[in-house]
Parts: sequence; C-alpha cells; structure tokens
Amino acid sequence: MADKHVDDVSGVETTGHVWDGIRELDTPMPRWWLLTFYATIVWAVIYAIAYPSIPLVREATRGWLGYSSRAELTHDVEKAKAGQTVYLDKIATLPLAEIDADPQLRQFAISGGASAFKVNCAPCHGSGAAGGPGFPNLNDDDWLWGGNLDAIHQTIAHGVRYDADPDTRVSEMPAFQGVLEPKQIREVAAYVVSLTAKPSDPALVEPGKQVFADNCASCHGEDAKGNRDMGAPDLADAIWLKGSGEDAIVRQVSSPRHGVMPAWGARLGDTTVKQLTIFVHSLGGGE
Amino acid sequence: MNLYTAPGTGKDESSVERLEAEPVNSAKIRKPLYEKRKKIFPKRAEGRFRQFKWLVMLVTLTIYYVTPWLRWDRGPYAPDQAVLIDLANRRFYFFFIEIWPQEFYYVAGLLVMAGFGLFLVTTAIGRAWCGYTCPQTVWVDLFLVVERAVEGDRNARMKLDAGPWTFDKLWKRVVKHSIWLVIGVLTGGAWIFYFANAPALLTDFVTGQAASVAYATVALLTATTYIFGGLMREQVCTYMCPWPRIQGAMLDENSLVVTYNDWRGEPRSRHAKKAMAAGQPVGDCVDCNACVAVCPMGIDIRDGQQLECITCALCIDACDGVMDKIGKERGLIAYATLAEYNANMALATDNGTIAIDPARVHDSAGRLNDKVRHFNWRIIYRPRVLVYCAVWLAIGLAMALHLAQRERLELNVLHDRNPQFVVESSGAIRNGYTIRLLNMIPEPRVISLSLQALPGATMTVPTLSKDPGERFDIPTQPDQATTLKVFVTLPREGVAGAVTPFRFLAEDRDGSEHAVYDASFNAPEKKQ
Repeated sequence: MADKHVDDVSGVETTGHVWDGIRELDTPMPRWWLLTFYATIVWAVIYAIAYPSIPLVREATRGWLGYSSRAELTHDVEKAKAGQTVYLDKIATLPLAEIDADPQLRQFAISGGASAFKVNCAPCHGSGAAGGPGFPNLNDDDWLWGGNLDAIHQTIAHGVRYDADPDTRVSEMPAFQGVLEPKQIREVAAYVVSLTAKPSDPALVEPGKQVFADNCASCHGEDAKGNRDMGAPDLADAIWLKGSGEDAIVRQVSSPRHGVMPAWGARLGDTTVKQLTIFVHSLGGGE
Repeated sequence: MNLYTAPGTGKDESSVERLEAEPVNSAKIRKPLYEKRKKIFPKRAEGRFRQFKWLVMLVTLTIYYVTPWLRWDRGPYAPDQAVLIDLANRRFYFFFIEIWPQEFYYVAGLLVMAGFGLFLVTTAIGRAWCGYTCPQTVWVDLFLVVERAVEGDRNARMKLDAGPWTFDKLWKRVVKHSIWLVIGVLTGGAWIFYFANAPALLTDFVTGQAASVAYATVALLTATTYIFGGLMREQVCTYMCPWPRIQGAMLDENSLVVTYNDWRGEPRSRHAKKAMAAGQPVGDCVDCNACVAVCPMGIDIRDGQQLECITCALCIDACDGVMDKIGKERGLIAYATLAEYNANMALATDNGTIAIDPARVHDSAGRLNDKVRHFNWRIIYRPRVLVYCAVWLAIGLAMALHLAQRERLELNVLHDRNPQFVVESSGAIRNGYTIRLLNMIPEPRVISLSLQALPGATMTVPTLSKDPGERFDIPTQPDQATTLKVFVTLPREGVAGAVTPFRFLAEDRDGSEHAVYDASFNAPEKKQ
C-alpha cells in the first residue's frame, strides 16, 4: 500500500491499490476544479454567517444580515399597498360618477372590485356574477333596486332585508295563500305568464288580469313593469329571479320567498364598496 | 487558376532568419492532460492576409462601435435610434423595421440564417468565421496590437516575460493591462448603447445617473473582454468554443483550409545547400519556424489540420515572405483543398509507394512542374455549397417577403367565459369580449371596429359611448395596444343556435389595413 508506484505509460503515480493487477492512476484534480471547490467552501461559510442557516432547537440562526423571507414578503406587500394609496385616496374622496369617468381610476376600481367580489360576493352571486335561482344576475339590465351607480352603492353598502342595518332596503311580498282563492292564484299566474309567453290555458288570462289589477298592481304596477322604489320585480321581462313558468309563479304568490343580502358598508369600508360598485356597474347592465 | 503561386525575388535561404519556436501542441510530444498553459508570443506577420485582417478588424469594430449612434427618423412617436433593442417597451428597431415581441420569429429566422451562413462559409472556405470575424479573434488581435506597442515584438516580449520584475517590466505591464482594461470598458460600454438612446445614456452613464443594470453590464463585459481577449486568448477557442469540434462535420475534401503542402516542402532542411551537395532530396521548407512564431494559437501548421487552427492565414503570410526571400514560389503554406493536396501528395510519393520526392513535383530549376494540381475556383459550385446557399437564400427571401407584406394592425379577442352569455330583460342575448387592438405603427390611428356575419347584432363599447351601434371608431395610441371591453347583443329572434361563429373586423380608416378575428357568439341551448 505504501509503496510509491509510477505508471510506466503515462508517468503518473498510482493510488497504490491493486485489483487483480489493475492499478488506478492518481491523477490530480484540475486546478480550476480544486479552486472552485475551495471557493464553494469559503462561500458556504460566509453564507452560513450572513443568512439564517443552522437549525437550533427553537429556530435557526438569524444571520448577520437579518434576512427572512417573511420580512421580505411583508415589505413587498407594504410596497404594493403604498403604490395603491394614490388611487385608493382618490376613490375614497371622489364621487362615484367622477371615478367612473376617469379611465385610470375606473380600471383600478374594476380590478379592486373584481377581487373584492370574488372574496365576498361570489358565494351567492357566483364567480362570474351570473347569480342563480334566488340570487340576482348582476350582468343583466334587470335591477330590482336600480342599476345606476348610486343605487348599486346603496344596495351593497346597506344590503337588502338586512335587519342589522337601519338603512337596509326593505320590501316584502305578502303571502296570498288564504287571501286569494287557489283558482284566482292560477288565473293571475296565467296572466303574468301571458305577458311574455304562452299561458297553459288562455281562458284564465282575462280573469287573471282583474285579479292582478286588484291585488298586485299597487306594487308591480298597472303594466306589471315593477317598481324599483319598493324592489318589486318587473314581471313583463324575460328574467325570473325565483324561477319561470306558471308553477313557480303560483308558488311565489302563495307563499313568497325573500332573499337577504347583508350590508357590506360597515364590513368592507366605503372605499371597497365604491370599487365593488364600479365593478358591478361595469359588468354590462349598469345604467 | 493559380491561387497562391507567385514568382519569388530570388535570394538564397541564408537571408532567412531562423526562429526558435515550439508549438504548444507538437504532434511529437505526448502532452499531459493537466499541463500548465504554454505562453504564446505571436510575432507580427506581414502580408496579404494580414492586410485583409486589418481591414476586417476595422470594419467589424466600426460596425460595433458606430451602429448605436446612427439615427433614423421615425417621426415624433418613436425613438430615432437606427438600431435599438428597447427591452423596457419590448420593441426592436432596425432602421426601417420595427419588431414587436410576437414577431420574434424574424429574429429566429435571422439566427437560422446565421447558422446556415456559418455552414456555408465553413463548407466553402473552412473556419473563415473563426479566423477573420469572430469577436474573440478580432479582440485578441486588438489586444496584441497593444501588447506589441507597449512591450515590443515576439523576442522582446519573451525576454521581458522571462526576466526579473524590474521597474521597466512593472510599468510596461501596468500600461498594457490598463489599456486592455480601457478597451474592455469601451467594449462593454458600447454594448449598452444598443439598449437605450445612446447620447442620453452616455450622459447618464458618465454622470452616474444610469440604471444600475447598465453599470453591471459594462462591468461584466469589461471583465469578459479583458479575461477572454487579454488573459485566456487561444484557450477560449480551444477549450470553450464548440465550433472547432463541429467543424469536422462541416468540412469536406473540397473545402479550402490553411494547409502546409508537405508534398513540396519535405524533406525540410535548414542546410539545403549542404544537403543538396550531398545528393540528398531537399524540399522547399527551410524549417525557419516563421509559421509557428506568428501563430496566435501557438501551433505548427506543418503538423497538419488540427482543431486549434482558426485558419487566420497568418502562417501563409509568414511563409510567403520567406519563399519570396529565397526565390521560391509562394504557397508552401496556402489555402488548399484536401482533394488537391491528395493529388499532389500522390504525385510526390508516386501514389504512396515512396517517401516524398521533391524531384517529382519540381522541375530542374527548382520550380513547381506542370503536373502539380492547383486550386480551381469552380470547386465552389458543388451541390453541398449550393444547397446551403439555396436554404440560406430561401429563408432570407421568405422573411423579406413576409416583412414587406406584414400588416401593422392586429386584433386579438378574448371571449368572456364567465358568464358565457347574459339574458337581457328584453330576452336579447349579450356576450362580452375583451378586444385588444394593436396599432403597430408609430402614429396615432383611428381604427374602425365592426361585426361581420352576425345579422341584427349591435355592439356597445362602454368606454366610448353608452349607446349601442354597429360600428365604432376607436382612437389608438401610436405603437401601442388598446384594450377595450365590447358587448355584443343579439335580439332573441336573431339567435340561431348555442354557438354562432362570426367575425370582428378592424379596419384602418382609409381601408389600407385590416385585421379580422374569428369569434363565436354563445346563447342558451334552448331558445326560451
């Protein structure tokens, strides 16, 4: 083992080990390779001192530079927030119409509103704001309480039938079961359907019209076009919140169901509600 | 045609200076793999190829340093720098051409052309790229000019290098490395001007106002120029560059490469007269080592083709000078093809049956006889070269044609997916689209947007107007993309099915350019 053996052909010293007569050349590492290797060792020491590296019982060493990825994230978030402040301050102070008229501010509000919508509103209204049975579609041009900026803002801020907010929008359709004869309910349902589609029995329409005038027109209007002051839906359009067809109408007249929308003003703050307003208004149905 | 032979002036070989020059990679010595680099002290060469190389150096360096300062008027809305890679705004300007990121295939095409160009040149004239135009070669040449000016030519440099560290040596080294570093800074400095408005950037750079990436780039390129051009030199070509390894696949027996014509040079002799008097065969080579001394790669071309050879042709110049002195024809070292070389070798050795016999290729006066084969230019026109040429031209023409016909107006449409459609209170169906109009000229334009193949449909563009319409004039910014939300509404009776294909049409106002986008209109499955 200890004897120095030099290979005849290459003139290079061997490692001294012999396997079945085969010897291995003890070729030195290339210098650049060795230097790089030493450099990595030096670098590792410097890195271990400068950055958090050695795990201890409770936490790792902190490192001279005091770096942490969490602090970096916090810093980034703060920086992003600082960048938003310019716009957010303007949105907080300017009226909705002016925000909507400024292209840059409008775009910012739409983006902010869209993200707030996904977090707070999507569970009921859907991620695309298309709603569902009982939950209004916010893309269309049919508005129970009005579709201009101020009306939308009022609805979002104070909610609908939300008792905790004194300014909430309130309306309630009476249950006509017991008030009207079942036959009358059938008739009025046939009449309402006849406004936009074909009723099951045309003979019911004429008496139904009278029932409607006597019982429903006070809220839904003589022409059944609804009344936004009372949140009474337009019955002469193609959009049915609680389901279309005579059976659905009979159900809703007999024992109406009412949705509740929470008031968001206190929870999200007015700046966010304003952004939500601009966003909802921009979906295509805004007035 | 005779490429390389010219009559000599007719002195004897005693006028030839003999140089002690050992090649770094002599074929006779088995070099250990881990041997330290042998320093190379290239001697200054003089001759046709050296002249040509000075010219190439002048042209290439001029192109590199001057290009960013050329101006090109593009009107008030675009930069006036002729060649500008505007990374911040993602635009590339090249004289009359402006390229957007999605048109990057032009750059890919140029790269393919560069590749085929390299194949073409290598097939025809060997590693001409390496020997004349490669930045590594050009900058090493430039660094050698500095080295010679400060430290003297080969012998003086060798003496200085071997000598002790005197004051003289110290200041010469300091001056040399300082000038190298200045060249490095200028090289790196010129690079950044391709990426920003050059005059403004120069002012900013000098006053310390430029972006930190500019300083970092200059520092990095200064370091690489100094290290590659000054310190590493031939090692870059031999060990770092892949091209020497690839060239083998590119060359064939008809490629012109720098060749030592041993069929006329051997047996080489330092004492030709004595040998001749003794009746021994004597070739043209006087073994003066001039070819080794001038070689920037430090090799001996007489050992044959080798991967270190960058075909800079300086050994040809050195040898031609010697041949002129001793009154022999030029071209002992010359650009020659393997086919031609083999033919002459067969002649000199009687088809390999005997050792090289100078008498078989020389006449009684010592000049080359008529049987010697010379280079024929027509060998350039061979299928391989022509195919490379054709491919290169085809790509170039296709790109030029495409460039001449390309539209500077583009339309991209993103269909709303959630919701896919909206039912309006009237029963009409509405779809939403995000439209992106790309006005790719540096002038503001009004683009007219309309619908095709969707009868009865109307558009609403909320940012332009509250009212629906069938055609909207959209003002676009110069060289910018304009993004718009567009709603398309189709009355209930106009809905044909769940998915109706139609087109968005964007037109320049004067109708000179247009762009279409095939979109679809979604509606509920069942007609309500």
